[in-house]
Amino acid sequence: MSKKPSKGGAPALDMTPMVDLAFLLVTFFMLTASFRMAEPVIVDPPSSIGEVMLPDNHIMITIDGNGRAFFGISNAAAKMNALRKMSEKYKVPFTEEQIKKFSGLPSFGVDIKDLPNYINTSESERAKFQPQKGVPNDTLNNPQLKDWISLGGAEAVMIYNEAKGKAAESGQEFKAEKPRYAIKCDGKTKYIVVKDVVKAFTDLKIFQFNLITGLEANPNQKH
Amino acid sequence: MAEIAEGGGGGHKGGKKRAKKQSTRIDMTPMVDLAFLLLTFFVLTATFSKPKSMELTFPVPPSPNDPPPPAIKNGITILLTKDDRIFYYEGEYKAVDGEKGPKTTLSELNFSQESLHKYLADKNKWATDEISKLDDKLHSKQIVDSTYKRMVREVKSNKLAPTILIKTDDKATYKNVIDVIDEININLIGKYVVVDILKPEMDMILEKTGG
Repeated sequence: MSKKPSKGGAPALDMTPMVDLAFLLVTFFMLTASFRMAEPVIVDPPSSIGEVMLPDNHIMITIDGNGRAFFGISNAAAKMNALRKMSEKYKVPFTEEQIKKFSGLPSFGVDIKDLPNYINTSESERAKFQPQKGVPNDTLNNPQLKDWISLGGAEAVMIYNEAKGKAAESGQEFKAEKPRYAIKCDGKTKYIVVKDVVKAFTDLKIFQFNLITGLEANPNQKH
Repeated sequence: MAEIAEGGGGGHKGGKKRAKKQSTRIDMTPMVDLAFLLLTFFVLTATFSKPKSMELTFPVPPSPNDPPPPAIKNGITILLTKDDRIFYYEGEYKAVDGEKGPKTTLSELNFSQESLHKYLADKNKWATDEISKLDDKLHSKQIVDSTYKRMVREVKSNKLAPTILIKTDDKATYKNVIDVIDEININLIGKYVVVDILKPEMDMILEKTGG
């Protein structure tokens, strides 16, 4: 069936199994794909034997090699609410449209005063957005990072508790994880920068973190 | 090329002509092209694993009315500084020779397998031995998993096991800190903490590194 007697024409090849397989793979990758959002900076974290998976529900501070801090919340609703609260606190107005757009953005590293402009910038231009100097983390005069963590964290926990309460009411199994705080930092960053970020957390009575690291083989595991 | 070659396709070779079979040939080339295009796209964009992480708990800052913390048994202070250098001293910091022992001096380690790893492994030998005994017990089914975990925790927090204080000056990198914590985890040391450096310790580092 696979080969016709050659009559000068192109040999016909039964491609059905191959096509089947190709579509199977397409289906598999389509269903398992979770799209990674483009990070504003590329960070190369050091590796460790830590094997704890980062929960889907997290609040992440990314610190790049130059010590700039970027803030991100995985939960879009919490992110929108956090922005509303921050807008109130820092008296920077945002339109409803901007807030919606903001919820779809990956982590950001700008002062809240520059945030409206940052949101309005087109996607391709955003990476080059000039005032991207990191979220200010000046504990005394400009503790924006701390406020983001505190407001964002409160929102994320509230949404989690609401969902949990709803699930308990309807008697459904509740699977979502509690929001966790994660720090992703470049290996070359000076530790004192990280210390300042940790200080922002400990001031808010948050003491446990997931530090994102690359995976490394554990020499103790023999099996 | 890409077509379903039906069995009847080659059938008309024999002398007798059969009733003409309608063969259904669909040109599948565009579909296959598309399938592979999609496949390639998803393969390249797929992110399989969630990022892995390391859990770390920082100490609660002491409040002014807390009683002073008890002295640390088997304490080792690791000081990290520029150029990936590691200094350490054991026990409490002593500014001058006194009753408790001579003045604190720093020794140096580096991130190689023979240095930091070996040092920590030696210091924690008692705990690793106990844990490997528990491992054997677990494998020979003498104890269950939950008991094993609890006993490992007890061994790690035993006062015979060392307590490590990690301190950094302003030039140490994040990678240094993670590497040290990682080495501590590899050596099954349960008690460690990242804390602020003290002024005299900073001075000692400066003396060693020459500013």
